[in-house]
This record gives sequence, C-alpha cells and structure tokens, in this order.
Amino acid sequence: MYVYDEYDHGMLAERVAQFRDQTARYLAGKLSDAEFLPLRLQNGLYIQRLAPMLRVAIPYGLLSSRQIRKLAFIARHFDKGYGHLTTRQNIQFNWPELAETPDILAHLAEVEMHAIQTSGNCIRNVTTDHYAGVAADEVEDSRPWCELIRQWSTFHPEFAYLPRKFKIAVCGTPADQAATQVHDIGVYLIRAESGEIGFRILAGGGLGRTPVIGQVVFDYVEKPHLLTALEAIMRVYNREGRRDNKYKSRIKILVRETGVGKFREKVHAEWERIRGSALTLTDAEIERFKSFFVDPDYVRRFNGSDALAEKLREDPEFARWHRRNVRRHKQPGYGIVTISLKQTGVAPGDVTDGQLEFIADLADKYSFGEARVSHKQNIILADVEQRRLYDLWRDLSTQSLQTPALGLLTDIICCPGGDFCALANAKSIPVAEEIQRFFDDAVELEEIGDLQVNISGCMNACGHHHVGNIGILGVDKKGEEFYQISIGGSSAREASLGKILGPSFARDEVPGVMRTLVDVYQAERRQDESFLDTYRRIGHEPFKQAVYADSH
Amino acid sequence: MPTVIKDGAILPRDRWTVLREATGPEVLQAVPGRSFIVPLEFWLNFRAQLEEYPGDKGVWLDSHQTPEPIMAELAEFAVIALNFPVFADGRSYSNARELRERYRFEGEIRAIGDVMRDQLYYMSRCGFNSFALRHDQDPETCLQAFSDFSTGYQSSVDEPLPLFRRRGGVGRK
Repeated sequence: MYVYDEYDHGMLAERVAQFRDQTARYLAGKLSDAEFLPLRLQNGLYIQRLAPMLRVAIPYGLLSSRQIRKLAFIARHFDKGYGHLTTRQNIQFNWPELAETPDILAHLAEVEMHAIQTSGNCIRNVTTDHYAGVAADEVEDSRPWCELIRQWSTFHPEFAYLPRKFKIAVCGTPADQAATQVHDIGVYLIRAESGEIGFRILAGGGLGRTPVIGQVVFDYVEKPHLLTALEAIMRVYNREGRRDNKYKSRIKILVRETGVGKFREKVHAEWERIRGSALTLTDAEIERFKSFFVDPDYVRRFNGSDALAEKLREDPEFARWHRRNVRRHKQPGYGIVTISLKQTGVAPGDVTDGQLEFIADLADKYSFGEARVSHKQNIILADVEQRRLYDLWRDLSTQSLQTPALGLLTDIICCPGGDFCALANAKSIPVAEEIQRFFDDAVELEEIGDLQVNISGCMNACGHHHVGNIGILGVDKKGEEFYQISIGGSSAREASLGKILGPSFARDEVPGVMRTLVDVYQAERRQDESFLDTYRRIGHEPFKQAVYADSH
Repeated sequence: MPTVIKDGAILPRDRWTVLREATGPEVLQAVPGRSFIVPLEFWLNFRAQLEEYPGDKGVWLDSHQTPEPIMAELAEFAVIALNFPVFADGRSYSNARELRERYRFEGEIRAIGDVMRDQLYYMSRCGFNSFALRHDQDPETCLQAFSDFSTGYQSSVDEPLPLFRRRGGVGRK
C-alpha cells in the first residue's frame, strides 16, 4: 500500500496543528459556530443527535493491520468501544469529545490516517471496488489512481468551498462494486480498441433526493491527462453549480439543467486550456504510484486444493461460508475472503475494538497484514491462500464472525438512521435487524441467493436505497415512522434506480412485504436468475400486485 | 477601512477605496485624487469617464462574475479585487487562478468581503496577494495563516509544479 514520505507526513502534522488551533479558538469563542462549521467538517467532525461524530477516511478502503489496531485503540479510548463502517469506505466514531478530536487526529497521523475532507462541501474520500488489485477480471488496479486522486484532492486550494459535497469513485473491474455511476464523478479504467488502457469519466451521478445515474463526459482520456480532466470538471462545477439552494447544488443538477451536451462542451473547453499543463502526469510518477501497489509475495503452489476440497465435503457449514464469502482471486491458489459484519442484532457495519484487533491479527496471519473495508460495510481479507481458508474460517468462528451472508438478503447496507443521525426521519438499524430475524434460515437465504437490500433513514440516502434490489426508505408521516419500499435498483455496471412500489408501510409490516417480494421472485424465476434478473424480465407489476393484494 | 495584508505584510495605509455600488461617474469627482476599485458594471458602463480620471483604477468582480468581459483590458488595472459575499462561496478562488494562469494578470489580486484567517492560505495558493480583512479579524493572527502549510500537493499559482513533479528522488522506493 501507499507509504507516506516526508511531504505527506509534514502536511498531515501541519493539518493537525491547524485544527488544534481552530478548535481552541472555537472553544475560546473566537470563531462562531458558522465559521467553525466548514473547518470542523473538513476534518470529519459532525455534531450529531447525541454527541459529535468523527468520520475517519479509509482511502479507497485499504488498511494495514497497524492502522486497524489504531482504529481499535481510538474506539476504546475515545469512544464507547466500537466504530461504524460507512457506505463510502470510511469509519465513524459516534462518541468522541470535541475537545479531544485534535488528539484523535494526531493518533491517526501516526499511522498515516486522517479525517481530512470526509465531510463538508469539498472533494471527499475517493472510493473504489474493494476487490481492486485482486479481482480476476480487472482491467487494471485502480488503487494507484485512487492515491493520485487522493493527493490531488487533498487540501485542493481552489475546491475547498464547492457548492456542495463531491464524491469520486474509481473502478477497474467489469462488475463494478464501487457504485461508480452514482457518484459525482465516476472514473472507469477501460481498454481502448488499440489495447491501451485509459479512463472513461462520468459526471453527474448521485443519490439523495434526486437520484441520477452519471453521464459520460469524457469517452476516453489517456492516463497522463486524468488530473487535468478532473480539474476541468471541478472548475466548471465550482463556477456554475447552484449555490442558492442546497438541494439543487450537487453537480447532477448542474448537468441536468445545463444539458449533458452543453456541460461536456464547457468541460472540454476548460480542459483544452489546461491540458498539457504541469498537472499532466509523467510516466515516472505513474510508475512510482504503481510501485506501492505491487503484488505481495504469493506462494506459487498448486497442491492445496485437494485439502480444501476435502474440507468442503466434510463440513457443510464451511462449504456454505466458502460458497458465499470467498470469491475468485486473480492468483491461482488464493481466495478473496469477506468477513461479514452483518450478524443479526448488530447494527450493519458496526465493529468493536476487540473485533478490530482480532481482524488485524487475522490480516497478519492470513493476508499479508492488510485488509479492506467495502462500501457494503464488510471487511475483506484479499489475499488468503486457499489451503488456509478452513483455518481462517475456524478462527472467525471463535468470534462469531463466520456469517455466510455475503450478497444475501441479510447482507443489508444500512445508514445509522434515527438512532444516531440528526437528519434521519426514521430508524434504520432496527428495520435491518427485524429483516435479519425474519429471514434466519441459512439454507433458505442461500436458496434465495443474491439480493441486495439497502436501508436509508431519510432521503439523503446514505444507505443508498435507490440502488438496492430492494430499497427501504424511512419517511415521516405525521410524526410516525413509515417505510417506502422500492425495487429493481442496482449500483453495479448495469446500474438502475429502484422504482417505488406504492404507499409506505409501518415498520412491523416491512418483513412481511419482503417475504411477499421474495415469494414472487421464487415463483417466477428461471434457472439461475437472481432477484434482479427476474425483476428486469417480468417487470414491476407482479411484485406490486402481490404486495398490495396481501396487505390491503 | 479594513486592514489590508499585501505580500505578507500589514499595510500601514491602504490607498484604495472600493466602490461597493455601481452608481454614476459623478462619484469619481466627489472624492478627487483617490484610487478607486469600481464594480465591473461601473467599468463596463462608464469606461470612458474612468479612463479620463487621473487616479489609479481597479475593478472588482463579484463571485458570480468572471474576468472574461475585461480580458482584453486587464493591463489597465493596477488591482483586481474578487469578492467573497460569504466565506463559503468558493467561486472567487477559480477567478483568481484564471486571472493568473489563463490571463497572466500580474497586478494585485485582492480578496474583499468575508475574508477571514482560516481561508487566507488557500486564497494565497490561488493567486491572491492582498487581503482586505473582515473588520473583526486580528491582522497579526492572520499573518500566521500563510504558513499553515509548508507545501501542497497541487499545481497552483504559488507553486506551479505539483508535488509529484517536485518529489524528485525523495520518497522513491
């Protein structure tokens, strides 16, 4: 992974000192709430319903075991013993003291971590596919490009006061597990007809109140020109994005109101002016960034599969976990393991200090000392030898972390909701738990198969409900919590936005509605169709009719 | 009169008067011998009268305006001021960079309006070299802002080479 040099360390130390001074001035009454607001937000600090919340960046999801142990330390000493993995590859601490946050940032800096630009109207933490660098079908490893974008966007002097927050995702895999098309900018690594690899760049995607799938602004950009292309988009947005209404200030509204054709023209005109400037990447620098993300020393051994096959035959529980949570690795003899954080009764994405330390140990023992967090709120050990999968599964079982839920109905993506968040209209975590309790049969869940469920506690859509195969949105009806359900969404390469079923439901009705939707799918599905496949084939009506016939 | 920091020092006396409203050319006669920074509309409407005026001239752009209407005559201005109606309005950062990098304006670029300590460093990186501080700002404290960071990652006005072109042999593995 990327290793900080003296420049990176120096700027991070200066940032901590700067925020320490700003916090001191705020606490001394020399900065108003309004003036401190963007400063604390650009250091990841929100004021929440119960306490401040500190959002720490995990750039493109990658963590070393040392960093994981530091997160555990922070959870233990500055929080109530846990953290929460977000839907954008960040980790949030819900209970820090405002006055202590500069100390937390100093601790993070020791392990090359920070909370810079994890909130506020600036360029946020860049995200990517959590299988980057290990996926068998990847066009190219996206992580060096993410790190380049991280550095370019960090403390960018021109784009610190944008009309609204700005999220960039980079993806090098055909499957796209980065929700690339619903980001303000989505960058795909693609192979041109010439065989050369470059970028296709989308802009104007986003969720929230107005969900939109991004549109292509650059069909193909050669590698050296990535940053000038991004800077051209940013400048047009900074200048022309609406600032009169925060609900209309995301780039998606600018693209829509300008028209994508005209928007492209403006961006390309800007690009022509800066293309070839000093911001153009040099081959040496591209190679330098790539040198941080070379393959670990994989053991080239092909005699482990017999032992694995035997364990798979012997132990059906292990076999189920293996079928669901282990995915194909580019390196023969290795697997990509997902540690599910979707245990029933635990808020999706919550992880305790002890679990973090345990996972850090597993990363050291099984996966070259590294782990990843996914926007689906799980943790991944990306480089596990197949012959050691059974041992890893047994280790996970000692901490009840062997839930074979990856991609299943119970692998719910969920925002903190009304239990924590000041913006929420309704709770989301208890809904996730009720669904998990309702569907508690592992055999049946596997039989249902891939089914992405997303829950957001309000229309800001942190739980990405618009792109859930089944999306659940908390709404407020005269002071009571109700849930609107949509189906057919997907954040994968063939992205689509879910369509609302109809009138919303009381919370206790939600699991029953899920049951009906699953019943329709299971009755209608052909061969290996997933829920989404069946939905796309048979359409909305059969689901809608079944749900409202049942409940009214 | 706001305190002005220019090129890293507090000015003992600032000679510029910012005309906030675009009234008529008669205002130039009302206060003779002064140096005025006029609104863009004023320049566009009363350019002839302004050119006859003996004092020094500057123009200010609000955050929703761009330098494009005056790109051909930038050399006439000793100073171009860029307004921050509120500090969270970031459009003037782009205008400053464009004035320096695209139009090669070498005169003074002044930040006016909601100008505070915590924004000065980024402003200076984007090409501002003078700062009319909001009335409640302590000028001495503000001077420290320019050394908040010793370097930056990006290509910008104060350092055209992005860090990736400056690292040289340092940090190479």
